[in-house]
Amino acid sequence: MQRYTQTVWNDGESDGYEPLLSERSLETVEVPDAGLPDDLTRDELELPELSEPELARHYTRLSQMNYGIDSGPYPLGSCTMKYNPKFTEDVAALPSASVHPDRDAESVQGTLEIYHGLQDYLGRIGGMDAVTLQPPAGAAGEFTGILIAKAYHEANGEGDQRTEVIVPTSAHGTNFATAALGGYDVVELPETDDGRVDVEGLEAAVGDTTAALMLTNPNTLGLFERNIEEIATIIHDAGGLLYYDGANLNALLGRARPGDMGFDIMHYNVHKTFATPHGGGGPGAGPVGVTEELAEFLPSPQVRETNGEFELFEPERSIGKVHGAMGNWLVLLKAYAYIERLGGDGLRDASAKAVLNANYLASQIDLEVPFEPFHHEFVASAGERDAADFAKRMLDYGVHPPTTKWPENVSEALMTEPTEAESKSSLDQLAAAFNAVTADAASDLEAAPSETSASRIDQTSAARNPRLSWQQLDES
Amino acid sequence: MSGNPELSITDRDEQNADPRGTPYAPHTADEVETMLEAIDADDVDELFDIGESIRFDGSFDIDGGSEQVVERRLRETLARNDDATEFLGRGHYSHHVPSIVDHISLRSEFITSYTQYQPEVTQGFLQALFEYQSMLVELTGLEIANCSMYDAATALGEAATLAARVRGTSGSRVLVPEYLRPERRDVLENYVDGADLSVETVPADDGVTTPDAVERAIDDDVVMAYLESPTTEGLLEEHLEEIGALVDDHDAMFCLGSDPVALSLLRSPASVGVDVVIGDASVLGLPASYGMGLGLFACREEYLRQVPGRLVGASEDADGNRAFTLTLQTREQHIRRERATSNICTNQAWVALRTAIHAASLGPSGLVSLATTCRELPERTAARLDEIDGVSAPVRNRYHFREFRARVDADAEAVVAALNDDGFAIHAVDEETVQLCVTDVNEHRIDDLVDAVEGVMN
Repeated sequence: MQRYTQTVWNDGESDGYEPLLSERSLETVEVPDAGLPDDLTRDELELPELSEPELARHYTRLSQMNYGIDSGPYPLGSCTMKYNPKFTEDVAALPSASVHPDRDAESVQGTLEIYHGLQDYLGRIGGMDAVTLQPPAGAAGEFTGILIAKAYHEANGEGDQRTEVIVPTSAHGTNFATAALGGYDVVELPETDDGRVDVEGLEAAVGDTTAALMLTNPNTLGLFERNIEEIATIIHDAGGLLYYDGANLNALLGRARPGDMGFDIMHYNVHKTFATPHGGGGPGAGPVGVTEELAEFLPSPQVRETNGEFELFEPERSIGKVHGAMGNWLVLLKAYAYIERLGGDGLRDASAKAVLNANYLASQIDLEVPFEPFHHEFVASAGERDAADFAKRMLDYGVHPPTTKWPENVSEALMTEPTEAESKSSLDQLAAAFNAVTADAASDLEAAPSETSASRIDQTSAARNPRLSWQQLDES
Repeated sequence: MSGNPELSITDRDEQNADPRGTPYAPHTADEVETMLEAIDADDVDELFDIGESIRFDGSFDIDGGSEQVVERRLRETLARNDDATEFLGRGHYSHHVPSIVDHISLRSEFITSYTQYQPEVTQGFLQALFEYQSMLVELTGLEIANCSMYDAATALGEAATLAARVRGTSGSRVLVPEYLRPERRDVLENYVDGADLSVETVPADDGVTTPDAVERAIDDDVVMAYLESPTTEGLLEEHLEEIGALVDDHDAMFCLGSDPVALSLLRSPASVGVDVVIGDASVLGLPASYGMGLGLFACREEYLRQVPGRLVGASEDADGNRAFTLTLQTREQHIRRERATSNICTNQAWVALRTAIHAASLGPSGLVSLATTCRELPERTAARLDEIDGVSAPVRNRYHFREFRARVDADAEAVVAALNDDGFAIHAVDEETVQLCVTDVNEHRIDDLVDAVEGVMN
């Protein structure tokens, strides 16, 4: 069994771990008038004033109290935490990649060539006819897709009539929130007992008020929606559109494409499928692909090529913009570098090994996995144990735990996605961690974690008595 | 043990079942065999439960390449960009990013981590975000700052939907200034579409907004009034306090667009009646990144339960030590679903980390000094250009920040094109007006720029 103790820095004086910047230094400087009237400028500014050596040490210590993929396995289900190739950072750091968004198209042909190339690659990978790279994250991609669906229905004179978006109960929370942000009523569609879309329920739910159905495939249980063609027909016959949530695309690369399954709109999560780093909560990118029929509604601008020259253009009935510029360009650049590195064969192999890893890991753990056959992820049940406690205890064995307590059709769910990046020996250690926790006493789980920088953190009091800045710490 | 650690990379490749496989999966062919045996499968293909009619048997027709080849290819492609010195701004700014920002933010414990759903093992990132929030609280004077939105435009959209949610009485309009970048307005209109709000323009007077103009536009149907300082034109608004009082009279939300550098010099927005500050915080932390940004979002404490996005809070751990965690998550989509305050999930956390490191490395004296430079450079550069025949600058006799406009006795587009050939990028605003942004990053080229403009005009 692997042993692990996370670094703890504690100066013995402050009541926390590494002192806050403000506890190390807080200087008040007087602010000059800078040629401005008195009532436009502030009198003073109070912030930490520290030297570079002090800052380097502060942040290095903080990094040592943080866990990343390079630290160990990170099998968060539906998050696809795969290895982030280092060379993509070098590409993103090239000075030539650093341009202002208002540069003339003629003077940034290199940037536009890559931008156009990624639009094209993603189209081929998803089986879609046109792709926008503008949405800055997956949820922004969903929003873009919903705006496109709305524009499409409005163009058909059905904008007022189609007021509902159907979302399966086990879908990502963003699907519900996105539909609401777009002004739609959400119709929730419960799954069948086998964990898939209830086709009969769907037939009953669709109608001339249906704008779209948002679906993840494989779904959050890792199951492929076998009836996807029938589902597409039902939605299309009702005049609605079929939206693909790309969160689980890493299961299907080179095996099946959303466009071929009948999806009209999809988003890609490049920090999942295309290995761009998640950065502790972004930046991501959520490109959106559509069928030819919907291409005229894409956000503006798109990039097109004419005789080797690249130019920006506004699609004829564009929904306008979903980001102030061209999206998270540096992230898109890293995704492009990853796709070029792997090529079509490498991408196909990535999915094969992601699915192999999930199946192998599930076979090595002593927990029930109620739904099969799963693909890149599986949902195990912690059984009588509390899944959140189970996860905390896993931390003590030097692995990041799975996503917990979701989806709800597995009790005490541990949604696990090892990705292709874990070796067999790493999966064996992960399995050993699962099995050790399964064998541990309930009291061990409740007391966990003990090997992390901080022990169990009180969430309730954080929410009941919110202290969201160092200024508020001083108040209490 | 995984394979044989003694094997060279080439040997390992040869041992792989598919030598064209992903280089980022560690499996040897033997391991794949062992794993397949463990799950009773003959082949990986068996594991895919995909109906034949929709199986993809084609090729993406994308060639893979070695790291060396791909990096070279991308370097060559990006070299097609003209190597220009940019005097561009209009809402997208960058300053010299200290080297420490890259070195620290690229530490893999930071950049390869996920959102802090397990706070016990991600204290480092949480503390850095808590410090980021705190610095923005100081700069805005507002009590709450979240850990980020995508960019200024989407933060503006989120502010408007927040206004619609928190306002006591119903309303259907959002006021925006005439100078607002069309891209930002376009994003805003998409965000408010679902809430049935419309967007209306408040005209500017000589580039800035007067209380009169706001008074004429506002009534009780307005849920939010938005202004920027500095404006898209690089001017500082001069009547925020009076306008704030007017907006408050109508129970509307007052939202200001700004950035951390300008805020280091300007009077704190909270003290002039601003309820929400949005903007692009990546003016610290990122070089020009084709418009990739960091949505700053700060607001008054009374909106706490309605704030969009992630919040880091302080709490205690079981040992009684102060520790940090994401908090008030019942506002968020993964819990509240269609009743969430926003659909945002992944945001720009890593950029916020970079911004925090950049701000910390400047410190208050460095921030004030940078802001002072941004005040001086445009007016000083404008005076230089004004000496050239056929150029009049600045166009407005007002307070500038980073940017100014110049009138040219020539077709502005032609002037911009000619300067482009000389290796300088500036904005053409209309037929006879150009706009230039001057900061610490292009200051060393001012003399050359002035010479180039002189050459073009004569």
